Amino acid sequence: MLTDFGYILLFIITGIVFCFVILFVGKLLRPSRPNEEKLSTYESGEAPEGNANVRFNIRFYVIALIFVLFEVELVFLFPWATVFGNKHLIEVTNGLWGWFALAEMLIFVGTLALGLAYAWVKGHLEWVRPKIQTQDFTSKVPANLYENINKKYEK
Amino acid sequence: MYIALLICISLVLANVVIGVYSERKIAAFMQDRLGPMEVGKFGFLQIFADLFKLLQKEDIVPALADRKLFLAAPCLIFIAIFAGFAVLPLGPSEYLQGAKVEIGVFYLLAIVSIDIIGILMAGWASNNKYSLYGAMRSVAQIVSYEIPLGLSVVCVVIICQSLDLQEISFQQGIFSPEENYLFGIKALGIDVTQVGGIFTWNVIRMPFFFFLYIVFFIATLAESNRAPFDIPEAESELVGGFHTEYSGMRWGLVFLSEYGMMLLVSFLGAILFWGSWNTPFPNIGFVRLADWTSGNSGTWVGIAWGVFWLFLKAYMGVFLQMWVRWTYPRLRVDQLMYLTWKVLTPISIIFIFLSSIWRLLMI
Repeated sequence: MLTDFGYILLFIITGIVFCFVILFVGKLLRPSRPNEEKLSTYESGEAPEGNANVRFNIRFYVIALIFVLFEVELVFLFPWATVFGNKHLIEVTNGLWGWFALAEMLIFVGTLALGLAYAWVKGHLEWVRPKIQTQDFTSKVPANLYENINKKYEK
Repeated sequence: MYIALLICISLVLANVVIGVYSERKIAAFMQDRLGPMEVGKFGFLQIFADLFKLLQKEDIVPALADRKLFLAAPCLIFIAIFAGFAVLPLGPSEYLQGAKVEIGVFYLLAIVSIDIIGILMAGWASNNKYSLYGAMRSVAQIVSYEIPLGLSVVCVVIICQSLDLQEISFQQGIFSPEENYLFGIKALGIDVTQVGGIFTWNVIRMPFFFFLYIVFFIATLAESNRAPFDIPEAESELVGGFHTEYSGMRWGLVFLSEYGMMLLVSFLGAILFWGSWNTPFPNIGFVRLADWTSGNSGTWVGIAWGVFWLFLKAYMGVFLQMWVRWTYPRLRVDQLMYLTWKVLTPISIIFIFLSSIWRLLMI
């Protein structure tokens, strides 16, 4: 008999085997006729220019940093969530346990929420927005001209 | 269990068949077209034709690509998604759950996140500007939406006091080991344990959970890179995003995992919020609707009813995802980040407090 985590491993192994099998079947069926054009990097039909080592918006890294903060919060929240409303513990402590645990977590999550508010105020959550181009051109044709034409041909 | 493993692998395959066909037909219906009609009656065989086409296509690896990473990435994405199915209870039987681990849903969130590494690997190894941009966007998006997703799951865990999805399922019906009160509040004193049906589902046990489900649903849409959150593969600007350079069955694996992910999160949503495999009909007086539509616990009839209800709910979720895809336009990057960090995350933090206070009222 396998343990429960053994079954999880079995699922992962099945996934790997499945990938190999389906790619092997594909290998038996598919042709392999590479040529220079086929193997070049796709850039909408143009000849590719340089490689993909391009610069990135720094925002991606800031988002990743904030994510790490909150992910750690999540990891701590899960074990707390499973014991905080425990019936037995609450009965033993006369209801004190639940409210005490809640207050503790309130402080913890509150601190992190403060961090989010800080990032928000500092503008770290803003993304570069595309500029909407407006034209200050005003038409010489009056707007009611079309209405008049419509009225003229209305039957 | 081995049975669950066999069911899951065939489910992932069958799901792509059902999913692609129904998605194309639903899209066609919503846009007043016919959809696939040529291959077989009503185009039933279209997906098999597509599959054989994919198997016969040449597997092109660009000359500039990082070969090893490029070949491994789709497999990693698929394995991560498939491993997520290991803890799902597919019905009210211990044989229908892959692994009965107590950390269930925590493991699920953790293993499914690994597909981010696969996506980044695919984008980076392709050495293509479109792919790299798509991968970076995808990672930023999945990582950001993981926070509201995780927080909304924590809310359910607070109410249910368990991470095991099968235990969460049992709590939401007439087979519940503990008493259920209407709206979860003990002070109301209305015992609905024997009434069952919709009154013991998590959305009714904690009435605000309906709004939390909306947060959960939006986050899962973004997690599975589905429209309107498909800017990682926005075809009009990035061609195909991180899988631009893939072809043949390797691309097929990416596709398979996208549909697998859709099904996985729909199952998760149904289990956590919509009563899992429990019937929606309550017992009213002598009209024992819940008893009639759940059978006896542990018998074949009971298991069949459970599987039927769970699959019905899960595929309702899949249908909802497709409906949203053909209804809403794609979000811009800045709107995307605005939605997750300034709307969904604060809402789900408030829900943490709301549901923990609710839990204290439940005992």
